[in-house]
Amino acid sequence: MSVEPVVRIIGVRKVFGLVAVLDSVSLDIRAGEAVALLGANGAGKTTLLKILATLLRPTRGAATIAGHDVARAPEAVRPLLGVVAHGAWVYDDLTARENLRFWATVGGLDAYADDLTVALAGVGLERVADARVRTFSAGMKRRLSLARVMLARPRVLLLDEPFAGLDQRARKWLEGRLEAMKAAGTALLMVTHSFGRELGIADRLAVLAGGRIALDTARGTLGPDDVQRLYAAHAEESA
Amino acid sequence: MSYARRALAVAWKDLAVERRSKETLNALVFFSLLLLFVFQFTLGGDRERLAAVLPGVLWLGFVLSALLALGRTFLVEREHDCWEGLLLAPGDKSAIYLGKLAGNLALMLVVEALVLGLFVVFFDIDLGRALPGLLVVVLLGTLFPVLLLPVQVPVLLATVKATEALLLGEPLGAVGHWVKLLLAADVVYVVVSLLTFDVVLEA
Repeated sequence: MSVEPVVRIIGVRKVFGLVAVLDSVSLDIRAGEAVALLGANGAGKTTLLKILATLLRPTRGAATIAGHDVARAPEAVRPLLGVVAHGAWVYDDLTARENLRFWATVGGLDAYADDLTVALAGVGLERVADARVRTFSAGMKRRLSLARVMLARPRVLLLDEPFAGLDQRARKWLEGRLEAMKAAGTALLMVTHSFGRELGIADRLAVLAGGRIALDTARGTLGPDDVQRLYAAHAEESA
Repeated sequence: MSYARRALAVAWKDLAVERRSKETLNALVFFSLLLLFVFQFTLGGDRERLAAVLPGVLWLGFVLSALLALGRTFLVEREHDCWEGLLLAPGDKSAIYLGKLAGNLALMLVVEALVLGLFVVFFDIDLGRALPGLLVVVLLGTLFPVLLLPVQVPVLLATVKATEALLLGEPLGAVGHWVKLLLAADVVYVVVSLLTFDVVLEA
């Protein structure tokens, strides 16, 4: 794990109308490190993710990805990012292969047939590569999203509730893929409000409450019950 | 090269989605059919009255169909939040606009060919030698439903007037001033859209 953070969030504040959703949020993530961002509904987790993804501008403060400011240099940041958002970013009437080819081309990548096949095999969709996405389950669409980001080999992967709607088998599979991406040096920020076993891939836990990072700690050997206890203590204290 | 590839990918995607779902095409054909049926019923068989209002009827059908089509192509992007993905794609966003424009243009040309055919059947018109000139006006006029209606008014006026003259048997040269206006407006609005799309998208 490198020492220099690839993601830096420094005193970010975001106001919608009269409501401050984020107030002086600071967080660092290093290459090959995974941070799970926990928080209640409306705590501002997705807002923070959208700021890092260059979809929203912070009202105050700054965030950088590999040294590039997300608000001032979004075009430098975007090629470094992979985003698995709430929506799967798939077109139901295209096949899995066509979806991948489309996003690769729009993302400025060379969409070679072999690369597409490898990416689809990597997420276990090679047998349905030429089937329309309309016939896919939510879990399969999630896998296709992951194939899209794997194809781009991002330095930073932003995940919004990646395990939502997945069955036990798919969860285990996704854990494996995320571990592999971590091992390859990708920095992961995973937004969740689940305390389940999927937190196992996180090296650090951060709790967002009251518009601030109320807790930032190494996961270490903390089990789901410990995490829940810590979360309750810090989230309620700050809310 | 990457710019052209990205624009082509967006156009191809829009057309492939439409070719398979046929959602927009079916809605537009049904809508146009309904519109023509209502006008045919209202105007009856008075040839003189028909000659005066038909160009307007035709372009009303085209413009309303195009507005409907445009709304639907952006609706596809909302499903599964694909719009976010397009926004995050690196590079000049005007390539996305150009791709969407090309996809919509191709779809509208198909719809307009069908509407023109129905128009001939419903109102018993012999397009004859007006057809080549009419195709030029239709091709140039089709670009404009991608803009808002107030901006369209002068262009709409030109397309209706040119269509009216061509249907009355005048040669394309006789409506040269309207065609020049259409051509100039096409160039200006497409260039302005290309230059501003990135800023509007990021705002």
